[in-house]
Amino acid sequence: MIWDREHETMSRTDLQQLQWKRLQVQVATVYEKVPFYRRAFHEKGLTSGAIRSLADLPELPFTTKYDLRDNYPLGLAAVPVERMVRLHASSGTTGKATVVTYTAHDIDLWAEVMARTLTAAGVTKGDVVHNAHGYGLFTGGLGFHYGAERIGALVLPMSGGQTKRQIMFLKDMGSTVLCCTPSYALRLAEVAEEMGVDLRETDLRVGTFGAEPWSARMREEIQAKIGLKAHDVYGLCEIVGPGVAVECECQDGLHIFEDHFLPEIVEPETGEPLPYGEPGELVLTTLTKEALPLIRYRTGDITSLNPAVCACGRTLARMEKISGRTDDMLIVRGINIFPSQIETVLLQVKGVLPHYQIVVDRRHALDDLEIWIEISDEVFTDDFQRLEALERDLQSELQNALGISARVKLVEPKSIQRSEGKAKRIIDRRDAYG
Amino acid sequence: MKETQISVFLENRPGRLLHLLEAFADGKVNLRALSVADTADFGIARVIVDDVEAAVQAIRQAGLTAATTEVLRAEIPNAPGGLAEAVIRPLARAGVNVEYTYAYNKGGSENAVAVLKVDDMEKAQQVLGEE
Repeated sequence: MIWDREHETMSRTDLQQLQWKRLQVQVATVYEKVPFYRRAFHEKGLTSGAIRSLADLPELPFTTKYDLRDNYPLGLAAVPVERMVRLHASSGTTGKATVVTYTAHDIDLWAEVMARTLTAAGVTKGDVVHNAHGYGLFTGGLGFHYGAERIGALVLPMSGGQTKRQIMFLKDMGSTVLCCTPSYALRLAEVAEEMGVDLRETDLRVGTFGAEPWSARMREEIQAKIGLKAHDVYGLCEIVGPGVAVECECQDGLHIFEDHFLPEIVEPETGEPLPYGEPGELVLTTLTKEALPLIRYRTGDITSLNPAVCACGRTLARMEKISGRTDDMLIVRGINIFPSQIETVLLQVKGVLPHYQIVVDRRHALDDLEIWIEISDEVFTDDFQRLEALERDLQSELQNALGISARVKLVEPKSIQRSEGKAKRIIDRRDAYG
Repeated sequence: MKETQISVFLENRPGRLLHLLEAFADGKVNLRALSVADTADFGIARVIVDDVEAAVQAIRQAGLTAATTEVLRAEIPNAPGGLAEAVIRPLARAGVNVEYTYAYNKGGSENAVAVLKVDDMEKAQQVLGEE
């Protein structure tokens, strides 16, 4: 099913014309309204009229998450606060969040691409949508909510947590669509089994899962355990939230809504553009956003693009499932985590950074985050209570900084593996990209 | 009497205590007393040795971390109720809290020795000195 046949199936030539028209407006806007972009353009010897066609896009400067951090909170906004109607945020690389704002137009655009997303997964009016994405600063909850309402489906704004209650609602309300992170889908299946509920016997038939990477094997497991068709949804709050790309019924790559988000693949080290089919870093330029238009935003996600027309009829290029990251960002339970955030917290303890390791595992189908910290003479004491208090304090500080719980475990000195003198910071035992 | 106790951080998994004991053996450190207490993740091994300096060196060489603590040493008469009457009751009466204790046998003596970590060392010494 296709929500916006005109835009989702237009010829590639018409699409490129539309993209070019929109890009010119967007470039002129950021040049005029956002001092950061004017400076970045000038540094490259460009003015707003400098690019003559879509092919000139690689001449424009990149935007990175560091630029968002350096201009925290609203320095990259292209509209005054009076025109903003919504603010969302995700975790930044250090203590400060990445803040994203929306005008009424942006919210409408978001609802529209989310309506496309859900329709592509097979959701229609009459469906009962169980939305277990977190409602709040995280874009997952409200993104799916607005998309489902736009379609005219019945939405249950469940948000996260209270898993047993979620299962009762799934069963009793006759939910047909499940929206959450893939790991939470497996958690629901596990808890349902403990409760003696077979989710395959419920009315669930469609799942849209996103906010974290998941493997093809995980898809098979989810589909088998819950008895639904599982679609991958891609997005990031900097660009809009969920609603950037989605798998259609063919489940063969994620269609990017290219009339709103212009994709490129670049070589992560050099930033050089790569041709279709080559894996590299996904770079996105917003074409229609008002409050936070971004030019050539480096997503840090590794994928490749396929422009071939899909069996579903969409002409929108497809991206492969994300196969990795260019940086050390981790996604745990849908939340972005940077080791630098954890270091900021650890530094507060004794003023010196202990050797530490981040261990992510999947326990009871849920991502489990542990921070192992090497004990040192400065920290060690004969007093159990003080050591346990240290673990507790760190845990609560980390919860504050990361937005999810992490278990702190003290380990012996020199027990964390070092390669070339440097500790290996992350051990990820999940098979997220497999 | 005061005594210096060495505490060592050990992860709560097989082989870690052995690692510590091997370090003592290699460093020719003689153990007089050992106590191990644990939480879910880690344990603390507490030892009384003849030569504190050599022991700390052996611990560091084994890549472990050590802390020294002043504890109380009290002789226990070798009779039923000995520990209670000679040591614990006087401390309790004086309001001194015992955080942990363990005991060992002194070479060539009938009496055992209790090692006590108390919240008020000075008071404890006074109390036991009076008894």
